Amino acid sequence: MSSGRYAPWTFVAPALLALGAFFLLPVLAALALSFTDFDLYALADTKNLRVVWFDNYVEVLRTPLFWKSLLNTLYFVAVGVPLSIAASLGAALLLNSPLARLKGVFRTALFAPVVTTVVAVALIWRYLFHTRYGLINYVLAHLGFAPIDWLGDPHWSMPAIIVFAVWKNFGYNMVILLAGLQAIPLELYEAARIDGASAWRQFRHITLPSLKPVLLLVAIITVAGYFQLFAEPYVMTRGDPLQSTVSVLYYMFQQGFEWWNLGRATAIAFLLFALTLLVTRALLRAGSRDGEGSA
Amino acid sequence: MSAIAPRLYAIALLALVGGCAQRDAAVITLKFWTIGREGEVVQQMLPEFERAHPGVRVVVQQIPLTAAHEKLLTAFAGDALPDVAQIGNTWIPEFAALHALEPLQARVDASHVIASADYFPGIWDTNVIEGQLYGVPWYVDTRLLFYRTDLVAAAGFAQPPQSWDEWRRCMAAIKRNAGPDKYAVFLPLNEFEPLLGLALQQSDPLLADNGTRGNFESPGFRRALAFYVEMFRSGLAPPMSNTQISNVWDEFAHGLFAFYITGPWNIGEFKRRLAPDMQDKWNTAPLPGPDGPGAGAAGGSSLAIFHSSTNKQLAWELAEFFSAVPAQQRFYALTGDLPARRSAWDDPQLAQEGYARAFREQLERAKPTPKVPEWERIAQEMQLMADRVIRGNMPIDAALREFDATTDAVLAKRRALLARSTMR
Amino acid sequence: MKRPLATFAVNGALLLVALVVVFPLAWMTSVSFMQPGEASAFPPPLLPAHATFANYRELFEHAGMGRYLFNSLFLAVAVTLISLAFNLSAGYAFAKLEFRGRERLFQAVLGALLIPAQVGMIPLFLMMKWLHLVNTYGGVIVPCLATAFGIFLVRQYARSIPNDLIEAARIDGAGEWHIFVRIVLPLLKPVIVTLAIFSFLATWNDFMWPLIVLSDQDWMTAPVAIAALSREHVQDNELMMAGSVVTILPVLLLFLVLQRHYIQGLLLGSVKG
Repeated sequence: MSSGRYAPWTFVAPALLALGAFFLLPVLAALALSFTDFDLYALADTKNLRVVWFDNYVEVLRTPLFWKSLLNTLYFVAVGVPLSIAASLGAALLLNSPLARLKGVFRTALFAPVVTTVVAVALIWRYLFHTRYGLINYVLAHLGFAPIDWLGDPHWSMPAIIVFAVWKNFGYNMVILLAGLQAIPLELYEAARIDGASAWRQFRHITLPSLKPVLLLVAIITVAGYFQLFAEPYVMTRGDPLQSTVSVLYYMFQQGFEWWNLGRATAIAFLLFALTLLVTRALLRAGSRDGEGSA
Repeated sequence: MSAIAPRLYAIALLALVGGCAQRDAAVITLKFWTIGREGEVVQQMLPEFERAHPGVRVVVQQIPLTAAHEKLLTAFAGDALPDVAQIGNTWIPEFAALHALEPLQARVDASHVIASADYFPGIWDTNVIEGQLYGVPWYVDTRLLFYRTDLVAAAGFAQPPQSWDEWRRCMAAIKRNAGPDKYAVFLPLNEFEPLLGLALQQSDPLLADNGTRGNFESPGFRRALAFYVEMFRSGLAPPMSNTQISNVWDEFAHGLFAFYITGPWNIGEFKRRLAPDMQDKWNTAPLPGPDGPGAGAAGGSSLAIFHSSTNKQLAWELAEFFSAVPAQQRFYALTGDLPARRSAWDDPQLAQEGYARAFREQLERAKPTPKVPEWERIAQEMQLMADRVIRGNMPIDAALREFDATTDAVLAKRRALLARSTMR
Repeated sequence: MKRPLATFAVNGALLLVALVVVFPLAWMTSVSFMQPGEASAFPPPLLPAHATFANYRELFEHAGMGRYLFNSLFLAVAVTLISLAFNLSAGYAFAKLEFRGRERLFQAVLGALLIPAQVGMIPLFLMMKWLHLVNTYGGVIVPCLATAFGIFLVRQYARSIPNDLIEAARIDGAGEWHIFVRIVLPLLKPVIVTLAIFSFLATWNDFMWPLIVLSDQDWMTAPVAIAALSREHVQDNELMMAGSVVTILPVLLLFLVLQRHYIQGLLLGSVKG
C-alpha cells in the first residue's frame, strides 16, 4: 500500500508550511514578546526594547482592570453558556418532536442568526436595547416593568450582551443537539412509554444520558468560544459603562492596538489561552469521568 | 474537472500577487487622512489645489474620531501611513516621540504663506515639542458653553454666568424650574473634555517633574474634580454617556438640559439641526472659571507630514494651501471650524458670527495640555476615574490617589528613558 | 393518536420562538426603509410610514458601500478557492497517504484548534508589515491559506473513500496527483461544497483581522466599513440599518440556498460519523 516516499509530502507541505509560518510562528513570537516590554517607544526605536521576563505577567496580574475584565468574561461564560445550551436544547427538542410541522422552515429561521455578521447585528441590538426608543423596553413597559437602562447601567450591560450572544449562537448548538437527538433509537422511548413513564421521566432517563457525549462537546465548544468574547463589546458598548463589558480579549485589544503595549497585550493573550485550556480540560475530565468517552 | 488543481494554484498565485491596483505612473498620488467630517469638505476644496498642481491627485480618507488614534498608530506600526494627515494637536507629542513626523520649522521659515506670528500663541505652542515644530495648526477648538437663552433668562439671569459660583446658582435655578426629569447641564460621562477644561483653569499643573509624575492630588485638580462631581450629585447633570442619548440636539431643544459644553463644530450643527423657532433661543459663552471667565483647552487639529512620506514637498504645498488665509476662511464657511490664524477671523462672515465671539475670547486664554506622548491615555484614565466617582460612588480622595498611581505607572517608561538620557 | 392540543403547543412554541429570533432581522430591514430620524420616536415604530430608498442611496453614493462589498466578495472568493486547494490536498493526505509521522503531525494540527486566533495576531501583524502586505488584499488572504479546521473536516470525510479504488489506480500506474484530481476530488464533492461555504462565510464575516490589517478605506471589507460608519454616524440609525442589511444579505442568501450542505458539514466536523 505504498504511495511513494515523497509524493505525500507534496500534498501536506503547502498547508503545513502555511500553518507553520502564519500560525505557529506568530504564536511563538507572541510568547517571546510577552517577555519583553515592547511598546510605543520600542516601536520607534528597537534599542528601547528590554527583556523583562515575567514582569509583564506580574504587572497584568496586579492590574485591577485585568481582574475586572476576567470577572466580566467569567460572568459571561458562567451565565451565557448554560443559557445558550438550554436554549439550544429546548429548540432542538421542539424541532425533534414528531408533532412539529414545517421543520425545515423553522430550523432555517432559528439558525439564521448564526450566519449573520456580528458587527451588523450588534448595531440592531444596540438599538433594540435603547432606553427610550428601544423595542425591548417598550415590551417590558407593556408587561408592567420599569424601563431598564440596558447599555448604560453597569448591572444590566453584561446581561444585554449575554442576551445578544445567546440569540446569535444558539442555532449552532441546536443543530448539533438535534443530530444527537435523532440518533437516539426510538425503541427506547417506546419501551419507556409502555412501562408508563411520563414525558419528563423519559427526558431525564433516556434523552439526557444518551445526549451526554454531545452535550459535553457542545459545552466545550461554547465555553472555548465564549472565552473569546470581543466583537460584541467592541461594537455595542466599547467597554462601557464603567468598564463592565470589557472582556479579556477587549482589554488585550486595547493594550495591543490602542496603546501598543505589546508586551502586556501578548501576556494577556497567553493568560487567557492558559485559562481556556484549563477550563476545557476540566470539562473534559468531568465529562469522561461519569461515562464513556467524548465525541 | 482534471485541470482544477493547476487552475486553483494559478488563481492562488494571482490573488496573492495582485493586491494593489497599478496606478498610472505619470500621476502622483498624495494620500491625505482626515478625521471626521472635515474630509467631506476637504474634497470640495481640492479641485483648486489639483488645478494648480497638474499631475497630482489627492486621495482623501476619512477616519472616525473614536478610531483615529489607534488607526494612526497601527498605520505607523504597519508602515502604512499617508503622506499628510490631520492630527489632533494633543497627539503631536506622541507621534513626535515615535519619530513619525517631519520637522517643519525650516519649511515655515522659507514659506511666503505661513507666518507663525499670525497664529494664536497657545495653539502654535502645542505643535512645538522640545524646540522642534512638528505641525501647522489648521483649525482650533476649545470647548465652551452652548446654552438655552430662554431657560437661563427664566432662571433670573440676564447674562450667562461668568464664574463657578454664578454658574452653580444659575444651574440650581434652572433645575428648580425644570423639575425632576430634566437637568441643567449635559456632561457626557465618556468625554473627558469638560473636566479637562475645568482642570486647566487651575494654576496647579496637571503633571509634575517634567511630565513624569501625576499631580492630580494637588488642590487645583481636586477643586476641579469636586466641582464636576458636585454637578452630578446635586442632580444638575444626568449620569449618562454620549451613547445613551439618542440625539443631543433634539434633547437640547426639548429642554433636557440648558448647558452643553462642546466645540465650534456645533455652531453649524445647531443651526442646521434645531428647528427655526429654536434659533433665537440659544447662544454661546466662554467657560466660567473659578473666579471669573476661565481658560479652556487649546485644542484643534494640525496638519502634519509624515517622515515616511515620499512626497514631502508636495505634502507641504498641500499644507500651505490649507493654511492660506482665504483657504482658512473658505474652510470655516464650509465646516464652521474656527481658523487657527488670527487674520482669517477678519473675514466678514466670521466677524459677524455672533456665536463665534465667545470662542475668539476664550482662544486667547487657551492653555495646552501636558506634552507627553502618554497624554491621551492619561486623559482617558482621568475620565474613567471621574466616572467611578460619579456612577461607582468611589470617594474622591481614594480616586485621586489611585489616579496619581495609575498616571505614575503609565509614565514609568518615560521616566526611565529620561533618566537614561540625562545620565549619558 | 391525534393529540391536537400537544401538536398546537409544540408548533405554537416553535412559531413563537422563530418569530422572536427572526424579529431583529425583520425590524432591521424595516428601519432601513424609514426616513432619517423616524426610528428615534416613542413608541418605536415597526413599519416605515413612507418607505424610502434614501438610506440605500446614501450608502452607495456617499459612503461607498459598493466598493466595500466588492472587497468582501473578492476576499471571500479568493480565500475560499485558495484555502480549498491547501486544505483538500492536506486533508486527503492525512486520510489516505502513508508517510512518516502522519499521526503525530495530525495531532499537532488538531492542537492548533485549541489556540485562539487572537494570540498570534500582533506578531502576525508585524510579520505582514515585513512582507509589505499590510493594507493589501494579501494581508487578509495569507493568514487564511490553510486552516486546522478545514484539514480536519476533509480528513474526516476522506477516510470514507474506499481504499480499493485508490489501490486499483496505483496498480494501473497512475501518479498520486493524478489519482487525487481524477478519482478523489469528485468523491469529495460534498465536503468541497461544505468547506467552501464555511470559508466564504467565515471570511465575509471576519471582523477583527481586517480591522487591524487594512488601514486604507479603499480596501476595507463591509463589516469593517459599517463598524467605522457606526462610529462616525452615531445618530443616523436608519443609515446604519441599511448598512447592516446590505452586509448580511449576501451571506444569508448563500446560507438559504446551500443550508443543507452547511449543516451537514457542521455535523461532520462535530459529531463523528
